[in-house]
Parts: sequence; structure tokens; C-alpha cells
Amino acid sequence: MGACVAWGLARQGLRVCVLDEGDIALRASRANFALVWVQGKGLGLPAYTAWTKSAAEAWPCLASELLSDTGVDVGLDQPGGFTLCLSDRELQVNVDMMMRLHNQPNTVIYPYEVLDHTQTRARLPAIGPEVSGSIYCPLDGHVNSLRLFRALHAAMKARSVDYRADHVVTAIEPRAGGFALKGAWGEVRAPRVVLAAGLGNARLAPMVGLEAPMKPSRGQIIVTEKAAPFLRYPVVTVRQTDEGGIMIGDSEEANASSLRIDHSISSVMADRAIRMFPLLGDLNVVRTWTAFRVMTPDGSPVYEQSETCPGAYVAMAHSGVTLAPQHAFSLADYIATGTIPKEAAVFSTRRFRVPASV
Amino acid sequence: MFRRLSDRASGEITFTFDGRPITASAGDSVAAALLAAGVRACRTTPVSGSPRGPYCMMGVCFECLVRIDGVDNRQGCLVIVQEGMRVESQRGSAALMAEPAQ
Amino acid sequence: MTGGTLSREQGIADLVDDYDVIVVGAGPAGLSAATTLAGTKARTLLIDENQTPGGQIYRAITLAQPVDRQRMGEDYWRGRSIAEEFLRSGAEYAPATTAWSIQPLQDDPGRTAGHEVGLSSSGMARLIRAKQVVLATGALERPFPIPGWTLPGVMTAGAAQIALKTSGLVPSGKVVIAGTGPLLYLLAAQLIDAGAMVSAVLDTTPRENWHRAFRHAPGFLVSPYLAKGLKLLKSVQRRTRVIRWVSTLAAEGEGGLREIVWMTGGREQRMPADLLLLHQGVVPNVNFSNAAGCDHYWDEAQLTFRPQVDEWYASSVAGLSLAGDGVGIRGAEAAAIQGRIAGLGCASQLGLIAPVERDRLADPLRRSLARAMRGRRFLDELYRPAKAFRVPQDQDTTVCRCEEISAGQIRASVNAGAGGPNQMKVFLRCGMGPCQGRLCGLTVTELIADERGTHPSEIGYYRLRFPIKPLKLRELAALPQTDTAKVAVLADLADTHHSTDLVERKSQ
Ligand SMILES: Cc1cc2nc3c(=O)[nH]c(=O)nc-3n(C[C@H](O)[C@H](O)[C@H](O)COP(=O)(O)OP(=O)(O)OC[C@H]3O[C@@H](n4cnc5c(N)ncnc54)[C@H](O)[C@@H]3O)c2cc1C
Ligand SMILES: Cc1cc2nc3c(=O)[nH]c(=O)nc-3n(C[C@H](O)[C@H](O)[C@H](O)COP(=O)(O)OP(=O)(O)OC[C@H]3O[C@@H](n4cnc5c(N)ncnc54)[C@H](O)[C@@H]3O)c2cc1C
Ligand code: FES
Repeated sequence: MGACVAWGLARQGLRVCVLDEGDIALRASRANFALVWVQGKGLGLPAYTAWTKSAAEAWPCLASELLSDTGVDVGLDQPGGFTLCLSDRELQVNVDMMMRLHNQPNTVIYPYEVLDHTQTRARLPAIGPEVSGSIYCPLDGHVNSLRLFRALHAAMKARSVDYRADHVVTAIEPRAGGFALKGAWGEVRAPRVVLAAGLGNARLAPMVGLEAPMKPSRGQIIVTEKAAPFLRYPVVTVRQTDEGGIMIGDSEEANASSLRIDHSISSVMADRAIRMFPLLGDLNVVRTWTAFRVMTPDGSPVYEQSETCPGAYVAMAHSGVTLAPQHAFSLADYIATGTIPKEAAVFSTRRFRVPASV
Repeated sequence: MFRRLSDRASGEITFTFDGRPITASAGDSVAAALLAAGVRACRTTPVSGSPRGPYCMMGVCFECLVRIDGVDNRQGCLVIVQEGMRVESQRGSAALMAEPAQ
Repeated sequence: MTGGTLSREQGIADLVDDYDVIVVGAGPAGLSAATTLAGTKARTLLIDENQTPGGQIYRAITLAQPVDRQRMGEDYWRGRSIAEEFLRSGAEYAPATTAWSIQPLQDDPGRTAGHEVGLSSSGMARLIRAKQVVLATGALERPFPIPGWTLPGVMTAGAAQIALKTSGLVPSGKVVIAGTGPLLYLLAAQLIDAGAMVSAVLDTTPRENWHRAFRHAPGFLVSPYLAKGLKLLKSVQRRTRVIRWVSTLAAEGEGGLREIVWMTGGREQRMPADLLLLHQGVVPNVNFSNAAGCDHYWDEAQLTFRPQVDEWYASSVAGLSLAGDGVGIRGAEAAAIQGRIAGLGCASQLGLIAPVERDRLADPLRRSLARAMRGRRFLDELYRPAKAFRVPQDQDTTVCRCEEISAGQIRASVNAGAGGPNQMKVFLRCGMGPCQGRLCGLTVTELIADERGTHPSEIGYYRLRFPIKPLKLRELAALPQTDTAKVAVLADLADTHHSTDLVERKSQ
């Protein structure tokens, strides 16, 4: 998030400084599943569906801008994506959910197909007999998340963003004409400050009259060794990276307090992945990890300018990969101009205080 | 590259490497048996396709990867050869056959 | 099941679910720890990746023949009694079994009540609980990143020793041994004794090390290393060419080793070779202790990270002890003593021996340990590998063998904003291959430190994840699945209850 916004602001000619933690930190951007995903987003907040859909549409532009700024190909591939179901009940629940999404007032409509086993098999020949059906949405895709991370860092550098690692911010003080950000390393001043500190926002936001509501959400991911290409399309829980490794994930726990791996969860995920694609069984697992998501109470993003300390913004989203173009282009624009327009103002934290207006 | 001390040869075991029959001693690891048979490279890398062979013989380097009885990427230095075992060079990354061997 | 060795057919399926202690590693440290613990009636399980007990130094000792005694030396033969004592001790033994994970178990008030250890053997994984765990996973040879070290035909000297111990294989053709370290001449002598024709030993020990080492000479003069070392040196010098003060080294060839190129005294020299055996000392294998979350520190004398332990070899993680060369390189004799002290520490934690008894038994052990460690400082200083062989000067030299990442790429990533090994890993995939950083971790730390002009202790190491050794996806899938885990993956669709409510499924 921070890198997207910083790069976007620097593209507009602003002088940007990024203060970050060091080599080891809670960093969702280093731990994610890398889907650019539209399917299923926005139940309860139709604006989020629209925001996500245009993000997916803007991704090719972001990928090519990053390539031209840095020479790094982020491996964007948007062939459409699947939700695979291992029982009729699972399929029904997912189909109902898609229908409810599309039945919301003022929602954008996007194409999707409900496929039975045979239809699914025609597109994903490696599926196992237990797959009862799937939902396919042609807008979905994925990137190489490690290369995205690297490209954003290189892009910041290419645009002369002053990136400072090992600069934990411990205090932010509003000052006349701006803010002073402080830490053990010293102090920097700036007329505007964007809080894109992920989980760290919870602590920082109140210092400038903002809120960063989040609910605990832990995800776990399994990665296998590299394998020959077998999966043309990303599946919401199984994808093959362009380097060949298979990522399996992810789970969601609301009450986990540590990052300790839960092998029982790995087992459920591995078991389901093998039932979806039996040929995965003999692959070696090389890594598993858990990470906390930057999860707002309703799962939709939060973008807001402080009323008491204008010039201070908070920006956080769980789907930071999917929404990267919005953050680099639109959100950076809003911050540069100093106003968040109506279509994005719905993402303020006010929605958590008033009854939902949908 | 390696030869076997005559006083250390024990019961003969026959296995194949890329279809070629090889005789090993009982108790040999697959990697040791290949070295004894003059095989220097047992795999190519998934990244550049360059040839590699056993490096550490103690299970830490993963250079000795081979396909054994249809299962890809097994550490040859940690698997003991068995009579009739089918060992093949590991060509790049795992192949993912539709019918995985049991 | 009472004490004994699991047979191949039984595998780990027959292990019970709970032990008092699990010891990982059947080298001198692990064998002694397990023997000591079994002696206090602790229910003990020793697991090891190898087929037979012995670890590195005593590898295949239970299979060794009298001729091997002469070939490998008395120090090797001593392992027989250690292994036999263990096999009689009543501890259970699971050979050919890899430990891939360890996680603390919490009791109600949230204290650590033991650990759950992930094991894998013959394609089956298990999670086994123990109140105490001792990791005695030993050392591995320090990475030796020179141009061409990935060519087939280049191996470690330790690898050749393993082939000799386990299969009676002797290097043949044109063989060159290169490097430094107390074991270099031992390995050379063992190979020559076994009949290998060694064309040359290229000694990379820098001249200035001798000056530094002499400050620690008094300890060395009274240690057994002196006599042994001199004898080995002489024996090797008599039988092959020893070339000293080697300052650069490269392996060359297309698709396999053909030639070795080195510099000594400012002159470049070449020699054809079929087999190059590299060795520049051993370093603790910290993958397990790192992934388990133990605190580590940088040891400037040994140029490596070492886990922090107390006087009973307990790590910073409750219920987890570490012993042997995995804690810091002290040699086989020290490893065995540490294993016994760690065993006493665990036994007392388990309430099987009283603290007074523990202290009484440990006292003489500590004295022997001090004796066994005499002369180590001298060896550390003398055999400190030159920086040029730890931090590749040539940009094209491969550092990460798995992902094929060069020194130049790592240096460039530092300038692109990757200030530490973990950010760098994300930039380059360096250290993300199957060896999980074992062959590049130290090089990467020192390279980044060099590029940033700071100290390795400031840079730190990779943060490692389970499994520390790969296991098959189907092994993971066969582990027990709790209801909570099903809910975490499937939310309301988990078949633990039958609610028909529709909730928004987790979204990416
Ligand atoms: C398991 C998992 C799977 C995911 N899968 C997907 C997916 O498939 N698709 C998708 O679109 N999204 C996915 N995401 C979400 C995506 O990764 C995040 O939305 C995105 O990375 C959030 O980025 P961020 O910059 O807000 O937070 P982070 O990446 O956490 O960055 C916050 C940064 O702020 C720094 N920081 C914190 N506090 C301070 C402080 N006081 N001072 C200085 N610096 C500070 C941190 O060090 C960190 O670098 C997933 C997330 C997880 C955890
Ligand atoms: C290749 C090599 C050769 C050596 N040769 C000699 C020698 O000839 N003479 C000498 O004095 N010193 C030698 N050493 C030095 C050696 O470190 C010590 O002398 C001694 O072996 C240390 O004993 P230890 O018990 O600490 O560890 P080790 O003897 O190394 O034993 C560790 C054991 O743990 C096992 N292990 C590690 N990780 C796992 C896991 N995840 N799951 C299951 N098992 C695991 C290993 O397979 C090994 O059997 C050698 C070191 C190496 C690396
Ligand atoms: S040779 Fe290194 S792992 Fe087998």
C-alpha cells in the first residue's frame, strides 16, 4: 500500500519519503497469495465491487508502467479464475453468494459462469473426481507477488522516493503546516502524512485524529517445490506461480494471537488441494507460513483524511494486491489534490458508525 | 571418480539409472551407488537447466535429487538402493504425472 | 513398545503419541543425551535422518569392520562404544526419520507444557509430543562459494568422507582437496590412507592467521589437538603436494569439472582435475533452532550464528535444549559431554533427578568439557577462512545454488532497498529453494554486511519456516484435522456443524 501510494505521488512530481520497519516485521505484502481477484468481493458494500472491478481492469496498465519504470515484469496473468467446490452444498453456497452480490442495489454487474464437474474438467483437466463444480469469473487473475514487491521498491527508487528502512515511527505530532514523525532514529517533517502501516496503523492513526479499525484475521499458506506447469487458471485456494511453485491457501482464523503454524490447518488445506488436484500429492512442501491480514471489520478498504488534522490520511485494505492500481493511480491522485471524491468517500470509517445504507 | 574398496563390497543389488542397469552394494545410498558407477550429474536445475550432482552427501544441499520409482525430487543421498529400483535423472522441476505412482 | 530400534517395516507408525523426551540427532551429542536420559528412566525417543547411529564423525560406525579402524583412526573407532551404550540404554530409536517441525504446546495457564515434534519417515508424517526436546543436529560444512562450485565433480571433502564411511568408496582419477580448517588434513589423510591418489592439497589458510592464532598458543600446546594435528600434517605432506597460501580458487569446465585455477604468491596456476573436494570448516546447523524461535547471536571467532544456551544447554525456548556442534563448534568429544549435561538438565526438569544429584553428576563432566575445549580458540583463529572465500569478490559467483543467484545480484538488491536477508529473499528468491538457505545463509549475511559496510550481527539471518526439511503434500494431508482447523479453512461449510446461514466466505 505504502509503496503504491508513494510511487503514485512521486509520479506526480511530489517529494516523498517512506519510513518503514527493518528486515523482520509484520508485513502482509511479503506474505500474500497474490491473486488479482474480483469474484465474491463487495457483499454489503457494492461500491467495493466496482472499485475492485476497475482495479482488475487497470492492472495491465499498472504492470506496464512498472515494467517501463523498473524493467521488472510482475507476471500479471488474468485468464479468469475458479472457485472449486468439493460438494454440491459447497457449490450451492457459493452460487447463492454470487447471486446475492449481484442482486444488491446499485451494484456493478460482472460476468461469471457456474460449471458442473464435466464443464470444469474441460478447462481444468487435472481436477479430481470429488470436484462437484465451480464458479468461473473471467476477470480474475494473479501476479508474482515477490516480483510485485521488488518492482514497487525499484519503482520508488526510479522516481527518487526517499525510502528509509529501520525507521519505525513511534510518534506523530501535528505541527503548524504539517507533521513531525519521530522515532529512535530522529525526526522528519512533512506537510502531509499517509498512514499505510498495515497493522501498525492501529497505533499511529489516533495520533492524528484518525481511526484504523481492524479485526484479527490470520491466514496460513503452504508452498510446494517447483513443478512443471499444470494449472492454466488460478483457483481461489490453489495457484501455480510462473516459477512453478504451487501455493495453497488460505485459511482464516479470527482468534489466533500468534504466528505459530497450525499443522492441523495445513492438513485440511493440503487434503482439499489434493482432492481438487490429485497429482499434487507427491510434491514436496518447502514452506508454510502464517500472517495477519490488514482486515477491516467489513473486509472493505478504508481511505480517509483526518478532519482534525487535515493533511493526514489513513489507507488500508485487505486486498492490497488486487487494489494496487487504485492505490498507485486514484488514491495517489486524491492525496495529491487533497480531496477524496464521492466514489471513494464511501470507504471512510463513518460506515462503521452509521447503520449500513444499502 | 570413485572406486569401491574390495573389502567393503557387500551383497549385490541391481537397479536402473535412466534405464541402464547398475550394480550396487547393499546399504549404498542411491547417490553413493551412482558415484560408484561413475555418474557425476544426476539432475538439471529448474532455473537454468544446468547439470548438478551430489555435493554434501549428508542431506543438506539437495543437489542429489533424482526421480525414484516415479516420484520426483527425492534426495538420493538419504535413500538406500533397493533391488529393482527405478532411478532416473531429475530433469528440472517435478513433472506432475496425471497418475502419480503409489 | 519398550526400548529398541524401529525396523524398516514398522516405520514411525508404531511410535506412541507421547514421550518424556525426544532427542533429534544421533551424533555423539544426541546419543549421549539419550543414553543419559534413558538412564534416569525417562521415556526417551531418539530420531535421526541416517540409517544407523553415529552422526557425522561416527557415521556408519555400527557397520564398520576392523579394517576401518585402521583406515579411519582411533577417534572414529571410539564411536562404537558410544553407539553400543546407547543401543543398550532402553531408549527407543527411529532411524531414517526426519524431524521437520517443532512447536510448543501450551497448557491452561498458557505455559509451555512440552512440544509437538513433526516426524517423517518412508512417506509418512506424525506429530509426536514430548515434555522436553533436545536438538543435537550437529554441524554442516561452511559454504565455499567459489566460481564453478556448482559443477558436477565438485563436492565437499565431508561428502567424500561419508562415501568412504558408508560405502567404502575412494576418490579416483585426478583428485584435488582445497580449503582450510582443522578437519581438512584429517579428511585428506583418511582418503589417502584408503588409497586415494590425491594430486594436491590447496591450503587456503591465510598467512596472517598464524600471527593471530599464536596469542592462543598456550591453550593449544596442552591440548591433544597439537600432537594429532602435526601427525596428520606430516602424513599428508609426505604423500601429496601441499600448496600453501592459496588466495583465489576457481573450478572450470563445461557441464562438469575439468580444471582448477588458483593464485598463490601472486601467480595464477592451473591443474586438470576430475574431482575437487572443498572444505573450509564446519558451522552449526541452525535451521531447526532458528525455525523453532530460539535466540541466536553472531560469534565473531567462529564467524557464524549460534543459538543462545544456558549452563544446562537449555535454549531461550522453554523445554527445548540444544547440544553438540549445533550450539557452536567444539568437536566430537565436547559434543558427547554436552549431550550428557543437557540430558541431566532435562531429567531434572522432568523431576526424575533432584537438582543436587544433577549438579553432582554434572561436576566432573564440566571439568572434562573444559579439558576437551582447550586449544579451540587457537584452532578458530588459525582456521578462520579468508574473507575472499566467504564473501565472493567475483560478481558472477553463484551464492544461492538452488535459485541460482549470484553475488552481484545480491549486492545490487541491497542497493535497491533490500537491507537484510529477509527483504532480499523476497527480491531475489535467494534462499527459497529446497536447501532452505543451508548453503547460502552465512554467505548472504556477510555479503549484505559487506555491501552495507556494517557488521553481520546487525544484518541477522534468514527467518526460517517449517517444514525445515521438505515433506510430501500427502503426508501433510494425512495429519490429524481438528474442527477448529476445518472452520478456519471452510468457515460455515466445515462439516463440524450444519448451519445453513450464508456468510461471506473469506475473500482474497
Ligand atoms: C495470508 C494473506 C493472503 C493474502 N492474499 C491476498 C491476495 O491473494 N490478493 C490480494 O489482493 N491481497 C492479499 N492479501 C492482502 C495483501 O497482502 C495486503 O492487502 C497488502 O499487502 C497490505 O499492504 P499494506 O502495505 O497495507 O500492509 P503491509 O504489507 O503489512 O505493510 C505495512 C508496512 O508498514 C510498516 N510499519 C508498520 N508500523 C510501522 C511504524 N510504526 N513505523 C514504520 N513502519 C511501520 C511495516 O513494517 C510494513 O512494511 C493477503 C494477505 C495475507 C496476510
Ligand atoms: C560432513 C562432516 C564430517 C565430519 N567429520 C568429522 C570427523 O571425521 N572427525 C571429527 O572430529 N569431526 C568431524 N566433523 C565435525 C562434527 O561436527 C563433530 O565432530 C561431531 O560429529 C559433532 O557431533 P554432534 O553430535 O554435535 O552432531 P553430528 O555428529 O553432526 O550429528 C547430528 C545428527 O543429526 C542428524 N540430523 C540433523 N538434522 C536432522 C533432522 N532435521 N532430522 C533428523 N536428524 C537430523 C544428522 O543426520 C546427524 O546424524 C564432521 C562434520 C561434518 C559436517
Ligand atoms: S548430496 Fe547434498 S542433499 Fe544429497
